[in-house]
Amino acid sequence: MNAIEVNNLTKRFGDFTAVDNLDFEVENGEIFGFLGPNGAGKTTTARMLTGIIKPDSGLIKIKGIDIQRNPIKAKQIIGVVPELSNAYTDLSAWHNLQFMAQLYGIPKNKSTKRAEKLLMKFDLYEWKDHKVKTFSKGMKQKLILAMSLMNDPEILFLDEPTSGLDVRSSRLIKDMVLELNKEGKTIFLTTHYMEEANQLCNRIAVINHGNIAAIDAPEKLKMRIGGLKWVEIGFNIPVDPHDLHAMQGVVDVQKSGDKLRLYTDKPGRIVYQLVDYSRSSNLEILTLNTMTPTLEDIFIKLTEGE
Amino acid sequence: MTVAVILMVIDQLKRALAISKKDIMIYYLKGPVIIFGVLFPAFLFVAFMIGRDLPVDFLIAGLLGMTIFFTSTSITPVIAPTETQTRNLERLASSPVSITTILLGDILASVLFGIGISLVPILLGIALGVTITHPFTLAVAIILASFCFSAMGLIFSSTPTSMTSTVMMMSTMVKFPLVFISGVFIKLGDLPQWGRALASISPLTYITDLCRYSFHETNYYSVYVSISALIMFLIIFMISAVKLHEKSLPKRL
Ligand SMILES: Nc1ncnc2c1ncn2[C@@H]1O[C@H](COP(=O)(O)OP(=O)(O)OP(=O)(O)O)[C@@H](O)[C@H]1O
Ligand SMILES: [Mg+2]
Repeated sequence: MNAIEVNNLTKRFGDFTAVDNLDFEVENGEIFGFLGPNGAGKTTTARMLTGIIKPDSGLIKIKGIDIQRNPIKAKQIIGVVPELSNAYTDLSAWHNLQFMAQLYGIPKNKSTKRAEKLLMKFDLYEWKDHKVKTFSKGMKQKLILAMSLMNDPEILFLDEPTSGLDVRSSRLIKDMVLELNKEGKTIFLTTHYMEEANQLCNRIAVINHGNIAAIDAPEKLKMRIGGLKWVEIGFNIPVDPHDLHAMQGVVDVQKSGDKLRLYTDKPGRIVYQLVDYSRSSNLEILTLNTMTPTLEDIFIKLTEGE
Repeated sequence: MTVAVILMVIDQLKRALAISKKDIMIYYLKGPVIIFGVLFPAFLFVAFMIGRDLPVDFLIAGLLGMTIFFTSTSITPVIAPTETQTRNLERLASSPVSITTILLGDILASVLFGIGISLVPILLGIALGVTITHPFTLAVAIILASFCFSAMGLIFSSTPTSMTSTVMMMSTMVKFPLVFISGVFIKLGDLPQWGRALASISPLTYITDLCRYSFHETNYYSVYVSISALIMFLIIFMISAVKLHEKSLPKRL
């Protein structure tokens, strides 16, 4: 039995179809990424999967439980971090966690231990009796993640858990996601950061306009869009772009500020040639970067020819 | 099968209790609750009663009815718009509780507030020499009316807004006229035919009348009529509240 099974899932708002006949499944123990630009339908899908809104049609099974027929039973085994949610700011971290425990019917002795453990793990223990009002955004997000773990869920739904966080806080959340996954939790992660999906996910569904454009492992997705990687180089003095265009494997050359961008599907080879070129022309390399395709590139490619 | 259903209902009731505990911690001390629930009935009472020559038990019964009415309808309308604005609602909607459970939790918090504050006019009455002839009836009446008005408050907050002030204004526009048609300030028997007809559609009429019965048996309706009327209003308000909130919840996210 898969962790999540989705069949013909559709949601309309008036005439507008936000989620259009989706079909996919999430296997047990995987981190499944749901990647798409603003308005793609990620949050709408996540809300349907977690029983927060009702689909217009389609079937959703959480560990084999139909969430529309049996919402309480299905919700009991999932943890949810909604996109723009908040803890109760008038309550302390501790009371927020205890409230969660009570909503999931967790007995007192168990919930006390669990709350302590989670607060330690998220480095919030010394703040446990402080009202959430006084927390920074990063602390709040950690608490919200902790709250979603109070019921020790089998599946965790995270809707853009790192958006708006600084590098350190988002690193911490990402590490925690990997750790939770190692402990055996299945994770459904919504994001519009390509790199985040790349680092974390076993498989990614790319969603656009309510449709799934592709589902695959991150590296395989990237392979589908060859020719869209680039190497960015800056020399101490300006060079003729035509020299670079002549190199083997370069598809296109574009100026990017005072640097040049060489589009290719074999960045490694280009780097060798660039080093040779700088030696023979007596140039100094100031910057050299290779870039994998961005989400935008993937979209353009995946939605081409539609 | 039935055992499983009963266990599930008990489970949901426990979770409703958790929700009301949360409400108590957060909402009892909020500005609008204190203003509309405590200060408002006190001022209204003073404004209308001063200088009028009415028996004290009649006054206290009116004050008591009005207090239960205002306090019980002051918390439930605040919760939904506040939690829409503070973005706590989606979290709640994703947890394993039904909308009925959430609303029941809100109602319980409001009922406890209503009952608690209603002790003030009762103690005031006792201090002024009012005797409570039917304490049991009074207790039943207060509890029932608190439930009824708390459920009524939920109907005000069923528009999917995050503006507490909008909800409070709307609810005041309904609550104010109700006070004047409900025989709080005038004996029901002294009202013309149309006045009595109008009074009969307000739940506040019945709780005030029950208070009058409990103090001095100066009631207009029989106890059974009043109790049944309150139960009927409670059922209607509760069913409507659940239906309306089920519709409005997705629009709040
Ligand atoms: N309650 C609603 N009423 C009307 N339209 C809605 C509603 N919720 C979402 N939409 C529309 O559905 C589309 C998908 O929205 P959704 O929030 O699922 O996108 P998303 O992929 O999560 O985007 P983001 O990256 O901005 O979070 C959007 O065009 C949005 O305007
Ligand atoms: Mg979203």
